[in-house]
Amino acid sequence: MPAMTMIEAIRDAHAIAMERDDTVVVFGEDVEAGIVGVAVGMAAYGLRPCVEIQFADYVYPAYDQIVSEAARLRHRSAGDFTAPLTIRMPTGGGIFGGQTHSQSPEALFTHVAGLKTVVVSNPYDAKGLLLAAIEDDDPVIFLEPKRVYNGPFDGHHDRPIVPWSQHPLGEVPAGHYTIPLGQARVHRSGDDLTVLTYGTLVHVAQAAADESGIDAEIIDLRTLVPLDVDTIVASVRRTGRCLVVHEATLTSGFGAELSATVQERAFHHLEAPVTRVCGWDTPYPHAHEWSYFPGPDRVARAMREVMSA
Amino acid sequence: MDNPVGPALQLRIPEPARGHRPADPVPYISAAGEMRKPDLDEKVERIALMRKQLVRVLDDEGHAVGPWAPALDADQLRQGLRDMMTVRSFDARLLRAHRQGKISFYMQCLGEEAIACAQRRALRADDMHFPTYRQQGLLIAGGHPIVTMMNQVLSNEHDPLKGRQLPVMYSSKEHGFFSISGNLATQYVQAVGWAMASALRGDTRIASAWIGEGASAESDFHAALVFASTYQAPVILNIVNNQWAISTPEDFARGASATFADRGYGFSIPALRVDGNDYLAVYAASQWAAERARSNLGPTLLEWVTLRVGAHSTSDDPSVYRPDDEADRFPLGDPIERLRRHLTVIGAWDDERQAALQTEVDALIADAFAEADSHGSVKSGHTSSPATMFDDVYATLPRHLVEQRDRMEG
Ligand SMILES: Cc1ncc(C[n+]2csc(CCOP(=O)(O)OP(=O)(O)O)c2C)c(N)n1
Repeated sequence: MPAMTMIEAIRDAHAIAMERDDTVVVFGEDVEAGIVGVAVGMAAYGLRPCVEIQFADYVYPAYDQIVSEAARLRHRSAGDFTAPLTIRMPTGGGIFGGQTHSQSPEALFTHVAGLKTVVVSNPYDAKGLLLAAIEDDDPVIFLEPKRVYNGPFDGHHDRPIVPWSQHPLGEVPAGHYTIPLGQARVHRSGDDLTVLTYGTLVHVAQAAADESGIDAEIIDLRTLVPLDVDTIVASVRRTGRCLVVHEATLTSGFGAELSATVQERAFHHLEAPVTRVCGWDTPYPHAHEWSYFPGPDRVARAMREVMSA
Repeated sequence: MDNPVGPALQLRIPEPARGHRPADPVPYISAAGEMRKPDLDEKVERIALMRKQLVRVLDDEGHAVGPWAPALDADQLRQGLRDMMTVRSFDARLLRAHRQGKISFYMQCLGEEAIACAQRRALRADDMHFPTYRQQGLLIAGGHPIVTMMNQVLSNEHDPLKGRQLPVMYSSKEHGFFSISGNLATQYVQAVGWAMASALRGDTRIASAWIGEGASAESDFHAALVFASTYQAPVILNIVNNQWAISTPEDFARGASATFADRGYGFSIPALRVDGNDYLAVYAASQWAAERARSNLGPTLLEWVTLRVGAHSTSDDPSVYRPDDEADRFPLGDPIERLRRHLTVIGAWDDERQAALQTEVDALIADAFAEADSHGSVKSGHTSSPATMFDDVYATLPRHLVEQRDRMEG
């Protein structure tokens, strides 16, 4: 199987999607409201647009088209028109990008009925999920944490990054395959506690588990909406402890949804409060990004707190 | 597919820049002095064609010709030259700092210095500019302390923005310079709002909106024109057409229009297309637009034709998308060289004075950098305290941020 970076895996998925289906169109030219509005129109015609926003931080001019139009078109026309489009955007910080090249706005999309939201953490998933997103009949927000484009970044920014070619999830099959939307992946099995996370923080959580010696079960959610509740609940019922980790700001972040879901469905199995480790509730600071980013030390500390609660 | 009622429809898809496609030749280059200078209140339809011409003052020999030649004395001209040379030297030093690994990112304005420098001098100190990342000339020509700008770029302990913003994203209300946003085009419509507020309050200050030609494709640009036209706001609407939006040539955003100045026409906003590498033309056109705004004659759109000579930013490599000799072939030359020739032609300058000025400017920049560098940089870990990231999210620190700050420090 060829080893691919996440960038190569995504390019490959585009090529395959366009080859298999000539209604797939790929574009993106940094004019966000225009890009998404045009994509909705193309989708209404019957194409399957897959468009790119240069950075998730620049999606806001297109937000009206996403929220009021793409997300609700099927519902308001009772299925007469639909918007089967995919909107890709790089997310996350750690590249000294300051407040306009670092954001993780997934919660702004998961809060909107009618949208599906995917966050990828590795090349294998990126290809399979992107093909599934393009083939899906609903609008899909496809988020790509830029820190994992070239390797499984684990938050140790002072160490060289391991390339995907040296990681099993960098092995990407040639040809077409999909990963169904709505299926989480157990990234690391363990008995002590369950970590619910996605994107870059999957690898950070793994480093935290390895370094703290805590036998964490790390679940890479992959799709936030629809959410794989069964995998989450089965794991928490077994471990009895749950830590939620994401890079986005804490307040009203997707972690709040996860935390609520766990207490609704596994309350009697919990031995400790569900705890969140997230970005602080501030804009992403340029010079202080490593104080902002929830790195392995912060995650390990939270793991110990959950274990001793 | 067979279509019984006409040919199959076709879409024009602009060609990507890759493959060293040279930029199209710059169209409509009027001769210096060729264009008339309309009255401030000239009817918009009578100056409609100026959007497809080019206001120029300096001819190839360096003479200032025609009705647009502004009344600037030799001292003012020498000041303009000094401003532009300072900007160029500033950029060169900070690019070097990037290569030295002292800063994370930089954006220069090489080749575009005349536009911001001359407009800053043509407007008043208390007018408000809503700039992009390529108008450092506004600050430098406006006398902003250079060391402070460098501190921002270094994100060091003396950075007035406390390391929060990317390098070059300056902010200075005191110097009439609105906080730069990384999100393109947002400032354009805000400038119109600021100008509307100034008029609502019976103030005398005007606003100046800045945008690159690529970003003019964003919706905020169009919203700005609607409001400027409807309310006849006292605002200058600048479009800096430097031929490139990162790797995208200017004709992508321009579409089927002949020029960016064309954008004014449908809104009945008087629009001029101006040689952006001609300090005198920039000064005169800016002054004309400012006087219109100050006389309650409404907005003016100015397309500045220039060339982005350097890379888009330190994250960009233009060699993969544009020919190396583009600057040599650009028909409007270099703004510093052109003003220098003019000063020489009028007997106010010579090679010796040029060399002395270069030495002086370079020393000024070197000293400023040495001082800023002595305060460290983000790369050396000499930043403001990380706890300051919690300040200014709100006017007063709410409880949840106090808790988060404690947690970060504890
Ligand atoms: C809303 C938004 N979309 C995309 C970007 C990324 N971006 C930064 S600069 C740039 C090109 C702008 O080109 P132009 O407006 O011509 O100005 P120039 O850089 O040439 O001065 C792009 C696309 C951004 N900063 N903001």
